[in-house]
Amino acid sequence: MLCKKIMVFAGILLSSLPWVAQAQNQVNMSPGVTEIGAEIYDLHMLIMIICVIIGLLVFGVMFYSIIYHRKSRGVVPSQFHESTKVEIAWTAVPFFILVAMAVPATSTLLEVYDNDEAELDILITGYQWKWRYEYLDAAGEPVAFFSNLATSQEEIYNTESKGENYLLEVDEPLVIPVDTKVRFLITANDVIHSWWVPEISVKRDAIPGFINEAWSKVTEEGIYRGQCTELCGAYHGFMPVVVHAVSREEFDGWMAAKRAEQASDLAAASVEMSLEALMSEGEAVYNGQCMACHGASGEGGVGKAIAGSSIALGDVNTHMDVSIRGVSGTAMQAFGTQLSDIEMAAVITYQRNAFGNNTGDIVQPADVASYKQG
Amino acid sequence: MGAHHHGPARGITRWLFTTNHKDIGTMYLWFSFAMFILGGAFAMIIRAELFQPGMQLVEPGFFNQMTTLHGLVMVFGAIMPSFVGLANWLIPMMIGAPDMALPRMNNWSFWILPPGFLMLASTLFMEGGAPAFGWTFYAPLSTTYAAPSVTFFIFAIHVLGMSSIMGSINIIATVMNMRAPGMSYMKLPLFVWTWLITAFLLVAVMPVLAGAVTMMLMDIHFGTSFFSAAGGGDPVLFQHIFWFFGHPEVYIIILPAFGVVSQIIPAFSRKPLFGYASMVYATASIAFLSFIVWAHHMYTVGMPVAGELYFMYATMLIAVPTGVKVFNWISTMWRGALSFETPMLFSIGFLVLFTIGGFTGLMLSIAPADFQYHDTYFVVAHFHYVMVAGAVFSMTAAVYFWLPKWTGRMYNETMGKVHFWISFVGFNITFFPQHFVGLAGMPRRVPDYALQFADFNMMSSIGAFVYGASQILFLYNVIATIVAGEKVSDEKVWDGAEGLEWTVPTPAPYHTFEVPPKVGAAPAHG
Repeated sequence: MLCKKIMVFAGILLSSLPWVAQAQNQVNMSPGVTEIGAEIYDLHMLIMIICVIIGLLVFGVMFYSIIYHRKSRGVVPSQFHESTKVEIAWTAVPFFILVAMAVPATSTLLEVYDNDEAELDILITGYQWKWRYEYLDAAGEPVAFFSNLATSQEEIYNTESKGENYLLEVDEPLVIPVDTKVRFLITANDVIHSWWVPEISVKRDAIPGFINEAWSKVTEEGIYRGQCTELCGAYHGFMPVVVHAVSREEFDGWMAAKRAEQASDLAAASVEMSLEALMSEGEAVYNGQCMACHGASGEGGVGKAIAGSSIALGDVNTHMDVSIRGVSGTAMQAFGTQLSDIEMAAVITYQRNAFGNNTGDIVQPADVASYKQG
Repeated sequence: MGAHHHGPARGITRWLFTTNHKDIGTMYLWFSFAMFILGGAFAMIIRAELFQPGMQLVEPGFFNQMTTLHGLVMVFGAIMPSFVGLANWLIPMMIGAPDMALPRMNNWSFWILPPGFLMLASTLFMEGGAPAFGWTFYAPLSTTYAAPSVTFFIFAIHVLGMSSIMGSINIIATVMNMRAPGMSYMKLPLFVWTWLITAFLLVAVMPVLAGAVTMMLMDIHFGTSFFSAAGGGDPVLFQHIFWFFGHPEVYIIILPAFGVVSQIIPAFSRKPLFGYASMVYATASIAFLSFIVWAHHMYTVGMPVAGELYFMYATMLIAVPTGVKVFNWISTMWRGALSFETPMLFSIGFLVLFTIGGFTGLMLSIAPADFQYHDTYFVVAHFHYVMVAGAVFSMTAAVYFWLPKWTGRMYNETMGKVHFWISFVGFNITFFPQHFVGLAGMPRRVPDYALQFADFNMMSSIGAFVYGASQILFLYNVIATIVAGEKVSDEKVWDGAEGLEWTVPTPAPYHTFEVPPKVGAAPAHG
C-alpha cells in the first residue's frame, strides 16, 4: 500500500524532470567568471554532495525500516533503547566530517577577505531604488553616475510584452576592465541595500554610515546581471545591477568618453534653456526619478501629490529646497547630488507646469547652481 | 477521589475567566489555528502575485506588507501559541499534576494575545499601510523610513512578548514544582524536557526583542539615534540585537516539535525511544549553541574575518546534536513494529523534510558559500523546510495524536491520511523549486522577478494553493471529530503510546490527577 504511494510520488517527481531540464530553468549556482566564484562553487558542490550522501544513507536506513519492520508483517518489536558505542560514533564521525568541511571553507573565506592591492577602486552607493557608481582612482574629476532600472512601467504592468532582460536592465551599467582586481567600496545613502552580482561572486550589504569592502577579478568579458538583495522598501525588486566587463583598452576609451561627456554637461549648464527643452528633459527625469513615489500624473503615492501641491504652486525657493536637500525623516531624498543642475532645473520646471500646475515658472540650470551655492 | 469534582462554568465566562489548563490549552490551539489561516491567506496573496512575472494583483508596497505580516503572524501567532497550547494541555497530564503552577497568570497570558494581534492586524487599515519592512524589521527601514503604523507594531510585539514570557515562567514553575512523586527529571517525557528548555530560551531572549523594539520606539518618537548612523548610531547594532533574539527564536519554534516527534515515533514503532539521555543532552546543547551563533544571519554585513570564522565554526557545530536527534529517531524505528496512522505519517514527513532543511542549514553556515545564498530564495526554501515541514508538520501530528484523548472521539483516518499526502506533495511542490531559483539568483522579498524564474515560481504557487487548500480538510476533519467522531473510551487510545496522559480516562476529564499518581521505576516516557 505504502510502496504504491511512494511509487506514485516518485512518478510525479520524475514526470516533472523534463521541465527541470529546460535550459532557461537554471537549477544550480553558477561558478561565474572569477577564480573565487569557481572556488565557492566547488565548495557549494562539495558540501551538497556530502549532504546528499549522508541523506541517502540515513533515509535508506529509514525506508528499509519502513518496509521491513512493519507491524502488518507481523514483526515483534525489539526493545533495545541505547548503545553507548553507537551514540559516541555518531557524535564523533559527524564532528570530523565538519572539520573536513571547515578547512576549504576557511581558505576560501580568507581569499574573499583579501582586499589588498586593488588596481581600481569604485565607490558604490545604494539609494532607494538605484545605485550610484563613482570611480575613485581616475585622475582629475572623478567619473560618477547613477544606474537606474531601464524596464518600462508598461512591461511591469503587463501592457507591453516583456523584454529578454526584464527587470535586469539599467540605463547606465557599471563598466569594469577584465583581469583587473577591482575593489568595491560599498555604502548606502538611506536604508540598507545589498549589492549582488552572482557571476562575479560579490554580495555585500550597503549600509548607511559604513563603508564595506569587496573585490572581484573578472576573467571573461561579458555582461553580468544582479539585483539588490536586502529589502530596502517598496521598489526593492526594481533596482538591478548590471556590470559590463570589457578589455582594458575599451575601458580606457569608455572612461575618456565619460569624462568628456561630464565636461560638456558642465558647460551646457551655463546656457539658458527654453521652456520646451526644460519640459521635455523634465518629463524624462520625472519618469525616471519621481514617478515611483509621486505617481505617473503627479497624483501621489508613497510621496505626496505634486498636482495642485502647495510646494509646486508656491515659492520656487521652497520647491528647490525640498528637491535639492530632501525632507529629513521622510522618504523624500536629497536629489541635489543625484541630478545634474540641468536635470534639476528641468524637473522643477516640469513639476511647476505639468499635471495642471500651470504656473508658467521657468527654472534655469544657473538658478539651481546659485541656489546650491547659498 | 476528592469531593470537589466540578465541571466547567457555563457560557462565555467559562472561557473568559477560566484557570483550567485544558480550557486554556484549547483556546491557545484554536487561536493559533485562526492565525495559521490568516497568515496562510497572506501567503496565498504573495504566491498569487508571484504566479507570473509582472505586477498583477497588488502594488509592490502592499506586497511587502504581506510578506511582513505573513512572517510575523506565522511565527508569533501560529507556531508559538500552538505549542504553548499543547504544553498547557499536556504538561500537567504528562507529569501527573492537577493543573499549571500559576493558573491565573495562565489565563492572562492567553487573553492578552488576541488584543495584541488585533493591534497588529489593525495596521493594515491605517494610513501608510501595515509594516512593510519584513518580519526581521531591519533599521533604518523600520524606523526613519517606516509608515506611522510601526508604533502599533512595536506595542503589539511588546504584548506578544509579555504573553510568551508569562507562559514560559508558568511552564518552568510547573515542571519544577508540580511533578508527581517519583517523576524525576530523567523520567520526564521528552516533550516536557524540550518545553522546559524552550521556556528558558524564551525567558532569556524575549526581553532582548522587547529592548530592540523599545530602542526603535525611542528613535522614532524621542529623538535618540540608536540605529541611525547620521546621529552617531549603528544600523548593524540593530541586527546584532535582533538576531541575538532571533536565532534562539528558531529553536524556540523547533524544540517543542522535536519533543512531539519523540513522543509519537516510539508510540507507532511500539518500541522505547532510542537514546533518551542523549536526546536530553542534545536538546540542551542545541539550546546553548543557539545563543552563540546569531551573526551567521549577518555574514554579508562586513564583519571582520575573525568574526566570520568564529560564527561559521560555531554554527557548523549545531549539526552534531541535531544529527544525534535524527539518528536516534531512526534507531527508534529500527526493528520496531511500525504502523502508519496519520500522526506517524506526519512525524515521518517531519523527519525527512526537517533533515533536508538541516542539510541546507549546514550549507548556509559555510560563510563563503553563504555570500551566494544569502537573502535569496534558497534561504526561503531552507527555513520553510524547518518551519513548515518541521514545526507545522509536527504540530499537525500532535493534534491527530492527542485529539482522541482530548475529545474522546476518533478522527477519520482516511481523511487524515489524505490530508498528509496532499500536504506532503503540496509542500514539496511549493518549496523544493525555491532552492533552484535561489541558487539561480532570485532574491527574496521581491514582488516581481526576471523571466528565467517564471516556471519554477508558477510551480511554487500551484503547490502553495494545494498545501493551503489541504488545511481546510484538516479543519473539517477536526470539527467533524469533535461533533460526530466515532467514540473511543480506551484510556490508551494508541496501543504503543506510553506516558501518564494515557492513564487518565478518555476523554480526559475536566480535572485530572487531583491525587498525584505514583510513578514507578519504569521510565514514564516510552
